[in-house]
Amino acid sequence: MTEVISFKLNGQEVLLKTDPARRVLDIIREDFDCTGPKEGCGEGECGACAVLLDGCLVNSCLLTAAMVAGKNIWTIEGYRETERFRLLKAKLEEHGSVQCGFCTPGIIMAAEALLSKNPHPTEAEVREGLSGNLCRCTGYTMIVDAVLAASREALDSR
Amino acid sequence: METISKAIKRFDFDDKVEGKAEYCADLHPEGMLYARTVRSEVPRAKIRAIRLPELPEGYTIVDHRDIPGKNVVPIVYEDQPFLAGDEVNYIGQPILLVVGADKEVILDIIGKIEVDYELLPPILSIEAATDAKAPFIFGDAPYFVAYSYAKGNPGKAIAQAVRVVEDEFRTGYQEHVYLEPQAMLGVYDGECVSAYGSMQCPYYIHSGLKQALGWGEERVRVVQLPTGGGFGGKEEYPSIPGVHAALAAIKTGKPVQLLFDRPEDIRASTKRHPSIIRLKSYLDVEDRIIAREIDVNLDAGAYAGLSSVVLQRSIFSVCGVYDIPNLKVTGKAYATNNIVTGAFRGFGGPQAFFAIEMHMAHIATELGVDPLEWRRSYFLKKGDTSSTGGVFHSDIKLAEIASAVERLSDYQKKHSAFDSEKGFWKGVGCSFFFHGCGFTGAGEAELLKSRVKLKKYADGTVGIFVSSTEIGQGALTTLRKIVAQTLAIPIGQVKQTYPDTAECPDSGPTVASRTVMIVGRLLQECAEEMKKRWTEDTFELTKDYVNPKHLYWDSEKLSGNAYPEYSWGANVVEVAVDPVTYEVETKGVWAVYDIGKPIDEKIVQGQIEGGIMQGLGYAAMERLQSAGGKLLQDSLAEYLIPAAVDFPRIMVELIENPYAGGPFGAKGLGELPMVGAAPAFAAAVEQAIGKKIDGIPVTPEYIRELMT
Repeated sequence: MTEVISFKLNGQEVLLKTDPARRVLDIIREDFDCTGPKEGCGEGECGACAVLLDGCLVNSCLLTAAMVAGKNIWTIEGYRETERFRLLKAKLEEHGSVQCGFCTPGIIMAAEALLSKNPHPTEAEVREGLSGNLCRCTGYTMIVDAVLAASREALDSR
Repeated sequence: METISKAIKRFDFDDKVEGKAEYCADLHPEGMLYARTVRSEVPRAKIRAIRLPELPEGYTIVDHRDIPGKNVVPIVYEDQPFLAGDEVNYIGQPILLVVGADKEVILDIIGKIEVDYELLPPILSIEAATDAKAPFIFGDAPYFVAYSYAKGNPGKAIAQAVRVVEDEFRTGYQEHVYLEPQAMLGVYDGECVSAYGSMQCPYYIHSGLKQALGWGEERVRVVQLPTGGGFGGKEEYPSIPGVHAALAAIKTGKPVQLLFDRPEDIRASTKRHPSIIRLKSYLDVEDRIIAREIDVNLDAGAYAGLSSVVLQRSIFSVCGVYDIPNLKVTGKAYATNNIVTGAFRGFGGPQAFFAIEMHMAHIATELGVDPLEWRRSYFLKKGDTSSTGGVFHSDIKLAEIASAVERLSDYQKKHSAFDSEKGFWKGVGCSFFFHGCGFTGAGEAELLKSRVKLKKYADGTVGIFVSSTEIGQGALTTLRKIVAQTLAIPIGQVKQTYPDTAECPDSGPTVASRTVMIVGRLLQECAEEMKKRWTEDTFELTKDYVNPKHLYWDSEKLSGNAYPEYSWGANVVEVAVDPVTYEVETKGVWAVYDIGKPIDEKIVQGQIEGGIMQGLGYAAMERLQSAGGKLLQDSLAEYLIPAAVDFPRIMVELIENPYAGGPFGAKGLGELPMVGAAPAFAAAVEQAIGKKIDGIPVTPEYIRELMT
């Protein structure tokens, strides 16, 4: 069974004929070559596949095609073109926040989801905001510090 | 020129941050097929028959009959088949692969495959293995290997003792949870086969391919792709999926991708060894420890893998950082029908240091002394001999480390305050530990014989050719820094890519905290020679590892310098325990290390904070149990690792102690921070609850058991 489903991916209207039960993670990786979101667990625990759905952080492995019809999805492929990304990237570099890199695109989407709603979070709020994204390399603090540093530089416009 | 320690931008940073780094699952070469593995569902059985459904066009089965060479993984003991023949020895053991274009069709085929087992009685624990009778899983004993060594005259000292303190500790499995599950891509061009994928040790897979195929090295190639973490879990294990993907590519003539999903990864890949460690300390009339007897028992699972070497590191670590004149140490790695255990950051050290440091805490409690200050009088120092009789040739700065961690954490004041405030559910614990850098025993000199290559090109650029992999720990950056700084050229002129066995010599595996210290040192030596010949246009240099003359090892007697050099550390952890829920809140974590000299402060900080976090997870929350040979927590919903909210900021200080045999004075780092966290955490909880802890993880459920 297939249906025609349309949604916005990184600002572009897209249209595809697919099984409405198909995972959005597979659609964006296989049909649109957005391989930034990674599959780390396939059950919504690790956050490596996190994307923004109408501005909210969601794990794309738990989304089906039918659930995103008419909605707006941002992945790292679109977000990396923004000014807000460039600031966050600079802070991640400064704080040495990247190791194996597999969790990184998801972590960046989590940071954006947090900062877009709460531009000046406390450390506890940053930790809470990143708590759905597992990282096995860094111990988190170097990422938390980068997000805090980015927030201090007044991230307030996309 | 900047100092070597000053942080620079990582060479893999842009690709990873921008989501452009292509991991194995991101590749889709033309015509690519998928493979999935059919695994044993029983712990021990003969396979009577396998019934396959009729296969749709374009779908292929790969089994042990497709292995033209030797169906045995080449490792220390040759006992493990790549694909099971007529018997299986653990749940999760690979039997065959189903290969084809559509993942759903593959799953459908797998659902219709029936394996007819003749069940045999399994051996499912260390205790059961201890009492096991023939037929054994391996050879003519219930264990793969048993070791023992002694120092001084333990018999005589024990006879003089007036007090004995005895402990038995148990540790469970730990799962690596590298964020990227195991992943391999096999490619065959009609003549040569290549395995691309997620790995730590390209030459392990290279040996595996040569052995399984019976082909010469000119026909096999292994290339590392960006790798989403390893922690030891991608040391020896990827030889199996690497060979599987290659076999499938050869049989189908198409590229074949073999990706594990998370449950499969947890069920099939190696784990940290569960342990039972018994310690007895003998004290004289002045309450000085004069002798120890220690017995280490590991659950090695169904195949030997690296367990003999893990056991060696365990028994060489288990005497701790203390100079005790009389020692008797024994160890066994038992064969069971549980999942195969293997390399995991620390490699037998975390179990050993958990046991010895908790034992020291228990002795201190019994003697009524401050656990940190009391340890000082036993600290090893330069010129002492190790438990195996090797002379410590370098400065050992344990006294400075102790003072620094005491100053940072205010340990003594807190410890005595929490002691007098019993019933307030607060505690503080400390640990002291080392990690031997490089391979155990004569491994570097006799087994690995690492080689590195450096090329100078006419345009003034320099290429690094080593088999050391980038697994997140920064090898693509730290090795470049060492070469650039030695040559005194801008780092942009130094090139290094992910290793490819077609171009890179075997510099040994990316394990054992050896990449910077051993491989980095060889590159530095190459660069020093290159500098002298810098005016020449194009040339290449190689260097092979030569054992320093002061090192000695007898692998029969287990006597001499067990490691080329040691890194040292101390941790303090402070906790508060909720008296109702028994949840433990970690209030502070302090860490001091001697890693020689840091090569890049940010990379070092990342290794330290990540390593401690993995150690705290092991201590507090990572519970993985086996029942009937089956792992009970096989998803990340059930097997919990630390998230950003679980532990506080870690305070770290480094004590510089440059090592003359390492590049710019650097020693090993990667594993050390994992090693000491668990005993510091458990000792803190012990003080908070006033009950003896004899195992990890220290979960609220475990505390409840102790309290009721």
